[in-house]
Amino acid sequence: MDVFLQLTVSGLSTGMIYALAAAGFVVIYKASDVINFAQGDLLLFGTYLVFFAVAQTGLPWSLGIVVTVLLAVAVALVIERLVLRPLIGEPVISMIMVTIGLSSVLRAAVNAIWGPAPRSFESFLPAGDVALGPVMLSTGRLLSIPIALAVLAALWLFFRHTRDGIAMRAIADDQQAALSMGISIPRVFGIAWGLAAASAAIGGIMLAGIVGVSPNVASIGLRVFPVVILGGLDSIRGAVIGGAIIGLLEVYTGGYVGRGLSLVVPYVVLVLVLMVRPYGLFGKEIIERV
Amino acid sequence: MPVLELRDLTLRFGGVTALAEFTMEVRTGELLALIGPNGAGKTSVLNCISGLYRAQEGTITLTGRDGRRHSLHRLPPHRIAALGVARTFQNIELFKHMTVLENLMLGRHVHMRGGVLSGGLYVGRQRRREIEHRRCVEEVIDFMNLEPLRSAEVGNLAYGNQRLVEMARALALDPAILLLDEPTAGMNAEEKESMARFILDVHEERGVTVVVIDHDIDVIMDISDRVIVLDFGREIAEGRPEEVRSDAAVIDAYLGRARGDVA
Repeated sequence: MDVFLQLTVSGLSTGMIYALAAAGFVVIYKASDVINFAQGDLLLFGTYLVFFAVAQTGLPWSLGIVVTVLLAVAVALVIERLVLRPLIGEPVISMIMVTIGLSSVLRAAVNAIWGPAPRSFESFLPAGDVALGPVMLSTGRLLSIPIALAVLAALWLFFRHTRDGIAMRAIADDQQAALSMGISIPRVFGIAWGLAAASAAIGGIMLAGIVGVSPNVASIGLRVFPVVILGGLDSIRGAVIGGAIIGLLEVYTGGYVGRGLSLVVPYVVLVLVLMVRPYGLFGKEIIERV
Repeated sequence: MPVLELRDLTLRFGGVTALAEFTMEVRTGELLALIGPNGAGKTSVLNCISGLYRAQEGTITLTGRDGRRHSLHRLPPHRIAALGVARTFQNIELFKHMTVLENLMLGRHVHMRGGVLSGGLYVGRQRRREIEHRRCVEEVIDFMNLEPLRSAEVGNLAYGNQRLVEMARALALDPAILLLDEPTAGMNAEEKESMARFILDVHEERGVTVVVIDHDIDVIMDISDRVIVLDFGREIAEGRPEEVRSDAAVIDAYLGRARGDVA
């Protein structure tokens, strides 16, 4: 029982970090139909940015987190302005190809600036364990779950209620109509990339605390894809639930079955779910009448 | 005073000239019809006005809702909409996954303020503004008889109703000028009649300046104050409907060159 609880907390905390990165992916997909292959690398970038802000610059944690998020947003806005905006109006596939290139560039940039060796530094999440009855649970992991959920809820509210969030849904639905309603596409795409980078950076900050700062984070970033495909490409709720499912499946198979299998089982489940629900758990079914 | 002035507009796509030094004035409060054979350049005129096409030469000047004059020909489409130019499209462009109400609320977009942060907080001023937008949208719903459809998803509506929703959304923008691109296309006689009535109501009761393109000559002759006839990107006739109907150049354009027996 205590093993089960520990695995659950560990799986959920990893899952919520997946969800943060995946939510950023969903925001960009919702606004522009672009599949952002660089989303996992934004997560990687976030871990190094917080390392830079806190360990290298020596800022206190509170300030370090703010600086990290702001830097990530700034980098994303520059990327959007220089790389993606010129492609507005071009076929979506060109933008998608560009994000593949972007992924390599981000990874190379991290390598060039910080080098390939793993770095270590103290987490802002408190170390140590809390006792829940006889079970010892990691405080840091336990805390990361509500923090991630709060950020995800804020994103969800943004889509539901703000002017720009609604404009984003409108652009995804019909660009020409959105233009004729006075919606500025460059502004909305900029906001989408900024938000995607911000949520990835927050995921990166927590990841830095939980698993440390190393180029291996990029492989964790790859988990964004099973998460969003499972949850549905255009659903924030789907990203949260997909993240939780993939995170839990990994640790349960790792803990109960065997270490090697934990890398495979999430994909097996993903394939099974897609057989029943081809648009993912919460994805919008697109039915075109011709 | 004209609400909209197009001067010597020339629009080319490669070697094809869609508009050739086209000049047009839209007077405040009038219902102006643009007619002409297929490919005459009617939709190009609307697309130039709303910024979807950029004319290579010429100027477009709008007297906006604020009473000031604005040059439109260098502005991006969203700025033009913000100045009070609303439109509908030949192939209905609606937010198909949203409800009628949500579509109309998006029509209020240009009137909404507030950034990413303040917009999310449903308090104080923001709340009062929201109520104001709601009231305006409800009034349009009432005006267009869309009450029974307000929470229906737009993609599921009948074709004729989608056209009405598109016009209602343009009205929610509270436009200085309303551009309608073939509002009766694909409709049966009954639907056409009801659409014509709505256009007249919009024009007469709400006092909106309207530019309408349509192929249904009977509808056009019934509702418009003034008609401009285009052919090959040029104006070939202009005047009251009955004048244009008997104009020789118009008959030629529609029926091919006549030999003596048409007068």
